[in-house]
Amino acid sequence: MTRFIAKRVLQGILVLLAIYAVTFFLVAATPGSPFSTERAIDPVILKQIEAFYGYDKPTSERFVTSLVNVLNGEFGPSAVYANRTVTQIIAESFPVSLKLGSLSLLLALGIGIPAGIVAAVKRNTWLDYVPMSVSMAGICLPTFVMGPLLALVFGLILNWLPVGGWFGPEFVILPTATLGFYYAAYFARLTRGGMLEMLNQDWVRTARAKGVKESTIVWKHCLKGGLIPAITFLGPALAGIISGSFVVETIFQVPGLGQWFVRAALNRDDFLVLGLTVLFATLIVIMNLLVDIVQVALNPRLKYD
Amino acid sequence: MALLEVDDLTTYFHTRDGVVRAVDGVSFTVDRGETLGIVGESGSGKSVTCYSLLRLIPEPPGRIERGTAMFDGRDLLWLSRSELRKVRGKRISMIFQDPMTSLNPYLRISTQLIEALQTHEDISHRDALKRATAALEEVGIPEASKRVTRYPHEFSGGMRQRVMIAMALITEPDLLIADEPTTALDVTVQAQILEIIKQRQNDLGTAVILVTHDLGVVAGTCDKVLVMYGGREMESGTAEEVFYAPRHPYTRALQKTIPSLQAKGQELYTIPGLPPDVSKPIDRCAFYPRCPYPKTGKPAGERPQLEEITPGHCWAACGYCDSDAPIETVLARADEVVDDALPVEGETPA
Repeated sequence: MTRFIAKRVLQGILVLLAIYAVTFFLVAATPGSPFSTERAIDPVILKQIEAFYGYDKPTSERFVTSLVNVLNGEFGPSAVYANRTVTQIIAESFPVSLKLGSLSLLLALGIGIPAGIVAAVKRNTWLDYVPMSVSMAGICLPTFVMGPLLALVFGLILNWLPVGGWFGPEFVILPTATLGFYYAAYFARLTRGGMLEMLNQDWVRTARAKGVKESTIVWKHCLKGGLIPAITFLGPALAGIISGSFVVETIFQVPGLGQWFVRAALNRDDFLVLGLTVLFATLIVIMNLLVDIVQVALNPRLKYD
Repeated sequence: MALLEVDDLTTYFHTRDGVVRAVDGVSFTVDRGETLGIVGESGSGKSVTCYSLLRLIPEPPGRIERGTAMFDGRDLLWLSRSELRKVRGKRISMIFQDPMTSLNPYLRISTQLIEALQTHEDISHRDALKRATAALEEVGIPEASKRVTRYPHEFSGGMRQRVMIAMALITEPDLLIADEPTTALDVTVQAQILEIIKQRQNDLGTAVILVTHDLGVVAGTCDKVLVMYGGREMESGTAEEVFYAPRHPYTRALQKTIPSLQAKGQELYTIPGLPPDVSKPIDRCAFYPRCPYPKTGKPAGERPQLEEITPGHCWAACGYCDSDAPIETVLARADEVVDDALPVEGETPA
């Protein structure tokens, strides 16, 4: 197991290096620069700005410098927001997204997985039809429809909750619900599918022939295997959900990380783009590693190698 | 009184394409310690008969329409769910066709072996594990104490079927239902598995219902035989009688298909045609369209009645074929028969 993890960590580092290099050169090859604006800038000042950010040097040299900096944990200054470093921006907004994401994920797992199990066990009854119709709607309704709908009903009509901002516990509810239900819908369908596959296996008949109770069949015989599809989806979902959803954060004015992904790209904020890419890629690599470990733990036919 | 007395067992599947009459009024008895073989080709209703006894058919679409299965004075077909659970795995155990899929790959062998014990007996985990190890030894698994904690994928097909047998017999049931226990295994392993079942049966005095499509297996292991076709009984009796004096054309044809009974170099005999479509009612002998015997009349609109030839030896007496004709002349015209037999009025060929 230690060897497996060490190997996967090494692989992950290589993947991250590759991603960093590709992103860096793509950004560098994009026409324009972070400093081109609509207003004309004095060429002398522009030269100074470029010199300050290291843009007067050749791309390959910049790559080496920036890579060394990143390896030292220093992502550099924002190329657009003066006096703010990339690390500062991430440090301010990531915890917000992390909080929103973790709560949404808890909601998604807490609703989605039980609903999927119940739907599979009681298939073709209303306990199956109702949750599955709701989850189909949940998947089909994009968050930019669901979000304003919730804001309209609970914020403006019922006046129970604030519709935007991030100032206290009550501000967390609507964005969490919007994001959480969306993922809950996915988890419900994946869990139902996984459980159904398990419940149709021959060994379930064997267990029944032994006189085992139906509840034991679900929990002991089917749950492990039935959760595998949901867990496979959990890895990428987790990385996406905790690094912030641009749509949900924009709708509810949440000062999270999601908005920065868009702003960094639009502003040609090279350092921020790179910083965010590294963060997101690292999350994906870690989550996938965790998912792989859990999968081997659940499925005895898989081995760490 | 017999250990199990099944009378007029009828199981239908109500599917979108109509009612599939999988088992249509089958009766048989099994005494203590006795072995009953149920023989027939695929789709003849052998397995559904067995599953119906333990009510393991998926409901819906399946439904036991009528009949009784008296086991130790109680009717299995109408027991409550909780009563039924006390019978399953404790009094009646089952072995399935494919050992590769019948064991849960997510659970250790030990967990699955002791499950029946823990369900039905008040036993400590340690004692249960001891019995599990002993059970594995009894079915000839080497290094049982080490292998008991392994997972199913670490066993070969034959070994898994041994595990299944150990698992089924760990509670020392009165009746073991073995649904084609050797079909999915290598030929070399088949004999071993049958031998183990036989041996454990002798040790424990368990009665066995052995489902198979291999008449050769029946001759070697069974006391009684039930020949099924199209969900119905074609012939039944002691293994000797059914094997040496088969009466029903289907039993005879089935016997002709055993390769080892034919001369070397001769082309292997196969029964022409296809098994009947049981989703349509059959109001004559189910085998009639494929029957190689010369027809002596038009089939009537009713099912053949069971007729006793000698005590205990019954056949579904059809009466519309000359079943006394010598088998050689019958086989000589076997191929043409299908052609003129299939388009019976009102019937579409399969």
